[in-house]
Amino acid sequence: MSLHLAVALDGAGWHPAAWRAEGAQPDRLFTAGYWADLVIEAERGLLDWVTFEDSLSLQSSRHDQVLGRLDAVLLAAAVAPLTSKIGLIPTTSVTHTEPFHVAIGIASLDYASKGRAGWRPRVSGRPDEAAHFGRREVPDLDALFREAADAVEVVRRLWDSWEDDAEIRDAATGRFIDRDRLHYIDFQGEFFSVKGPSITPRPPQGQPLVTALGHSTTPYEFAAANADVLYVTPADRDDARRIAGEVRELNPGLKVFADLVVFLGDHKARLDDLDGAPLESDAHVFEGTPAELADLLLDWGFEGYRLRPGVLPHDLTAITRGLVPELQARGAFRTAYEAPDLRGRLGLGRPASRYARVS
Amino acid sequence: MNNTTVWSDPRSGSQIDFDSFKHLAQTAERGRFDFFFLAEGLRLREMKGRIHDLDVVGRPESLTVLSALSAVTTHLGLAATVNSTFNEPYEVARRLATLDHLSGGRAAWNVVTSWDAFTGENFRRGGYLAETDRYTRAREFLQTARELWDSWAPDALPRSDGRFARPGGIGSFEHTGQHFDIRGRFDVPRPPQGHPVIIQAGDSEEGREFAAASADVIFSRHSRLDEGRVFYRDVKSRLAKYGRTADDLKILPAVTYVLGDTQEEAEERAAEIRRAQVGPRTAILFLEAIWGRDLSGYDPDGPLPDVEPDLETDVSKGRAQFRRDRAETAAKWRALAEEKNLSIRELVIETAAPQTFVGTARSVAAEIDRFVQTDAADGFIFVPHLTPGGLDDLVDQVVPLLQEKGVHRTDYTGPTLRHHLGLKELS
Repeated sequence: MSLHLAVALDGAGWHPAAWRAEGAQPDRLFTAGYWADLVIEAERGLLDWVTFEDSLSLQSSRHDQVLGRLDAVLLAAAVAPLTSKIGLIPTTSVTHTEPFHVAIGIASLDYASKGRAGWRPRVSGRPDEAAHFGRREVPDLDALFREAADAVEVVRRLWDSWEDDAEIRDAATGRFIDRDRLHYIDFQGEFFSVKGPSITPRPPQGQPLVTALGHSTTPYEFAAANADVLYVTPADRDDARRIAGEVRELNPGLKVFADLVVFLGDHKARLDDLDGAPLESDAHVFEGTPAELADLLLDWGFEGYRLRPGVLPHDLTAITRGLVPELQARGAFRTAYEAPDLRGRLGLGRPASRYARVS
Repeated sequence: MNNTTVWSDPRSGSQIDFDSFKHLAQTAERGRFDFFFLAEGLRLREMKGRIHDLDVVGRPESLTVLSALSAVTTHLGLAATVNSTFNEPYEVARRLATLDHLSGGRAAWNVVTSWDAFTGENFRRGGYLAETDRYTRAREFLQTARELWDSWAPDALPRSDGRFARPGGIGSFEHTGQHFDIRGRFDVPRPPQGHPVIIQAGDSEEGREFAAASADVIFSRHSRLDEGRVFYRDVKSRLAKYGRTADDLKILPAVTYVLGDTQEEAEERAAEIRRAQVGPRTAILFLEAIWGRDLSGYDPDGPLPDVEPDLETDVSKGRAQFRRDRAETAAKWRALAEEKNLSIRELVIETAAPQTFVGTARSVAAEIDRFVQTDAADGFIFVPHLTPGGLDDLVDQVVPLLQEKGVHRTDYTGPTLRHHLGLKELS
């Protein structure tokens, strides 16, 4: 069995004191070169994709932790021309960001990367984010997820709103497009309506990969109905089996990846000391050698994992140069990229536009 | 790339593939241009209730493609058009700050105020804005974005003494106004340029005041020498009352160009391009937009319709700054057609597809220089009529002549767009 491996990039790494670790590059966090170096390293390790975290507020109230972030879609776009195989999956808010802007942004990333774009819609229930947009009331979790489902539906319809062959350039009739192959999406929901069509032609993948992170049944249901990939956060092997079972019942076709925070080496303890407390995480925190991590990945039994490096670039490099060869030696990881586009890498075909007439 | 892009030419490539943008931007950088500019359109144009199908259509989200271009260019400024009606200040400020960080200080923002309920149908916030509020919202939007960019001190990130950030130095803001009531902490450090370069394209009285008060660059429509000078004088004279000098606001008209080995050859090419831009059906649609009637029964190569415009009906949607006064335009067109004995198509070609510089490389370079030396412009925004090769001959043939004259840089002398444009550095 061959695993899928993604890496989640965020700031200096997932430990709050990561920016103080040996080899960390806190001066470069807001430069394109820092991110380009990381993604090129991930591509060298043949990883499936990298994700870029994002939110619309500061990460922390502490001044001894990384503060500040760049817009994830733009960050992904800036590394797209410097890479050619690896998938690029930014996070955006679906609570505060217009679905129309998200749809054309991710479609444009798919063009810039020639078919390697994905998207992670994220709900935001934080009052500080709402205050940045002048919203007084934060909806409850159920409403946030109903709204998120509508946003994904709108984005997916907009991606399909130009049929693949809508551009005809017909000199005889003077028509650049066949307007019968452009479609109003006419979405009307509980929270908003969007007319369409998109201003951006159908992206190279047709439907860029939609991914979601979930810790409980409501987001699992959201992902089962709307996403191609779900990241889950099991605490241990038994939890992994339980979650996998629950999700399989909701949607057996959904790709399920487990998230792990990884420290490949013994550097975590020093960082915990610096930060004043042991690392707390929604995901299982792994410490050990690449071989031990390979054991765990094969034991838990997911088809893929999203690894969150504790320290960048250290734990990323340990993944690409330590874990990857270990898995390859066991016949559990690719030795070259197969499919050119991101969907293809997961065995997902290129879907026809939902609006295309069946001929 | 817009409605004047000629797609029927065999050299015309993709309007959407990244490689087209890359070629245009790298050509502009090879010509040592100040910046690469992308327009915005948030709803496909419609005529008579149907999507307009005759012109090049389909564009990427401009900030996304400009971020990608930042990776394949090193000095070129990157200017995005972003609407202030269908966006929120927090998000626009952080995306522009991001582009400025990623490009090392090369970002610009063309603030557009256009709004309409038609475009609003693509957005959850809709087209609720009264037309009179366009500029009050734009002004407050820009002011708020500047407050956000200023909310991080330039030295907010000491990254020493165990501290990543200096307490008090980061992100706190509170803005209460007519359009925005927001507070909290901004989450992107101060952009390398301080503030990205601000571009404005408004031409109305209000638009000119807005630009004089707040913009670094005006993207103007006045591409004829005489009207360019009048506009230039008018706008520059408004600066003093805002405590600004003539150098603080650059006036860059949008211009087109056609080159030939001889003047005659250039004129001939220019005429061909105009004919390609205004095909028979395009000519009728232009007329229908003014007349407000179905004119599909009329011969584009025949005379103007005998019926008068229907001013109650608007058949064209989604086109910014469309003819404000259709009655006046119709009268002017009728007079022109009579005077020169023009068919419908000839008339539209004459009025709707103006070309600025037509001639040999030498004569075009001389014209360009004359505009700048006689205060009709501080520079230009060239609008190529071909994608992706539309800047090639300009950069290969005209730029070297301008460099020879000493009126265009032979190399970049600084890293930021603010520097290229000769704007003051922000502290």
